[in-house]
Amino acid sequence: MSTSLDVTSLADAEIHRLREDFPILRTQVNGHPLVYLDSGATAQRPQSVLDAEREFLTTLNSAVHRGAHTLAAEATELFEDTRATVARFVGADDDEIVWTSNATEAINLVAYAFSNASVGRGGAAAEKFRLGEGDEIVTTEMEHHANLIPWQELAARTGATLRVIPLDDEGALRLDEAAGLIGPRTRLVAVTHVSNVLGVINPIEQLIATAHEAGALVLLDACQSAPHLPLDVKALGVDFAVFSGHKMLGPTGIGALYGRRELLEAMPPFLTGGSMITTVTTTSAEYLPPPQRFEAGTQRVSQAIALAAAVDYLSEIGMPRIAAHEAALGRRLLDGLSAIDGVRVLGAGIDLPRVGLASFDVPGIHSHDVGQFLDDKGIAVRVGHHCAQPLHRRLGVTSSTRASTYLYSTESEVDLFLDGVAATINFFGVRS
Amino acid sequence: MTSSDLQNLYQELILDHSRTPHGFGLRGEVKAQSHQLNPTCGDEITLQVHTASDGTIEAIAWEGHGCAISQASASLFAELVEGMTVPEVSTRIDAFREAMRSRGKIEPDEELLGDAAALGSVSRYVARVKCAMLAWVAAEDAIRKLP
Repeated sequence: MSTSLDVTSLADAEIHRLREDFPILRTQVNGHPLVYLDSGATAQRPQSVLDAEREFLTTLNSAVHRGAHTLAAEATELFEDTRATVARFVGADDDEIVWTSNATEAINLVAYAFSNASVGRGGAAAEKFRLGEGDEIVTTEMEHHANLIPWQELAARTGATLRVIPLDDEGALRLDEAAGLIGPRTRLVAVTHVSNVLGVINPIEQLIATAHEAGALVLLDACQSAPHLPLDVKALGVDFAVFSGHKMLGPTGIGALYGRRELLEAMPPFLTGGSMITTVTTTSAEYLPPPQRFEAGTQRVSQAIALAAAVDYLSEIGMPRIAAHEAALGRRLLDGLSAIDGVRVLGAGIDLPRVGLASFDVPGIHSHDVGQFLDDKGIAVRVGHHCAQPLHRRLGVTSSTRASTYLYSTESEVDLFLDGVAATINFFGVRS
Repeated sequence: MTSSDLQNLYQELILDHSRTPHGFGLRGEVKAQSHQLNPTCGDEITLQVHTASDGTIEAIAWEGHGCAISQASASLFAELVEGMTVPEVSTRIDAFREAMRSRGKIEPDEELLGDAAALGSVSRYVARVKCAMLAWVAAEDAIRKLP
C-alpha cells in the first residue's frame, strides 16, 4: 500500500479550501484556534456528512428491511446503496460488508463465530471455524486491545492457544519470529495494518502469504489504514478486515466487517434476533444469508448513510493524494519531534512507511501533563496507553503522547504542535 | 504564552512536590495498604497508612507513577495528615473530594487542607480530578482496612 511518487499531494490552497468543509475546525479552544491532532482517535466530520445524516432523518427516517410503506422502502434502498459504496471503497463485493457498531464489535463477531462453531453451531459448513486444543490463534504484541482481548477470550473458551508475534527493541514486528510461530496448527492470524501508536505501515503482504501457506485465515485491523491509505482487501488477499466509521469522517456507532463471501456464508451468527432469520419456530430458527445473518436487530441506518457520504468525500479527493499528504505530515512530525531534546519518539528507528501519526515519551514528564499543556494552547492530542498496553510495556513506558493527522491537517499545525512540545519541556523542566 | 489557568494548575508548590515527593517509598511492615489504578492512563499508586500506638497517623508511605498532579497530590496528602487521628483524616478526604468534584465552585479550605488546597484549580479540569483523587481514594480504602 505504498504511495507512488507521482501522486500529487494536497496543495496548501486546497487544504485550506477543504478545511472550510469542517465546521468544528473554526472552533476556538482556550483562546486559540483548535489544532486538532487527534484524528487517530476520532476524525472530524465534513458538512456533507452532517447534512446526509440530517437529511435522511428529516425526510426518510424509518426502519429498513421491514414495512411496506414508502419511507421504509426508500430507506432500505438507500441503506443497501451505502453498503455498496463502502464495499467499493475497500475493494469488496457488496454482500461482503457487514455493518457493526464499530471495529471492536466486528472483531468480536468473528471471534464469536469461531466460538459458536467450536460448540457445534453452524453445522458441517462451519468446520473451518471449529477450534479446540492444539489449534492456535496468532496475533501480535503491537495490537490495539480490541484485536487482542477477543482472541484471549476465544482461546480461553475453546482451549486453543494464543501465540503472539513479538516486537523488536524499536517496536517493529519480528517477522523472522512470525515464520516460526505460524504453522500447520495456526487457524487465524489477526494483525493490524497500521499501528495506532507507532504509525508504521506493517509489511502485511509477507505475513498474509505466510499465514495462507500454513492454511490459516487472516483478519486485518484496518482502523488506522482505511481512513488514510488506499485499501483493497481483495488485492491484499485478507480473509477479514475491520474498520470504524468515526475514524474516517463518519459517525460513531457504525463500523464494518469485510469477510470473503464463502467464509461469511459458512459462519454461524454472533448476535441473534430479529431481521436475521427466515423461518422461526418456538424451538429453532433458520438464518438469512450474509450479510443480513450478522445484522440482528434494528440497524444503524442514518449512520450508514452518513458513512457512505464520508466515503464519497474521501473518494472525491482521492485516497492516494490523502495518503501522500499525510505521509509528508508524518515525516514532519517524526523529524520535528526527534529534533527536540528530551523527546523519545516511539518506534523512531523503524524503517517502514508511515501515516501521519507519531507517539512520544518525554522522560520525566507524564503524558497527561504534556497533553494538558498542549490543550492550554488549543492543541488536541491523545495521551495514555492508547489501548495498547503490551506495546508500551515492550518499549518500557506506561504511556505516551500521540499526535495524529488527517487530510485537513496542515504543516503549520504540525509546527505549532512541535513548538508546543518544546515549550512543554521548558515549562516543566525535566526531573532527574 | 501559557495561560494563567495553567500556571495556577501547575503552580511551583505542586511541581516541587511532584519532583521531590513527601512519603515516597513503601515500608516492609504494613498494617493497612491500598493499591489504586486509573485505567484511562495506567497510573497507579500503592499507599500505606502507618499508625502510632495511640492510633494517630504516624506516616503515609506510598509509591506510584503518574502525572505531576497525581504525584504532587499524594505527596501533599502524606504531608498533611501526619499526626492526625483517623476521623480527622476522613474529614479532610471528604472536604478534598467535595472541592475536587465542584467544577471550580468550591475553593478548598486552607485551614483544613493546608498546602493541598493548592490543588483547588484541578477541579476545573474534569479529566484531571481522578489524578488528584488517586492517593486520597487509596488512603480512604487503606484506612478502612486498619485493624
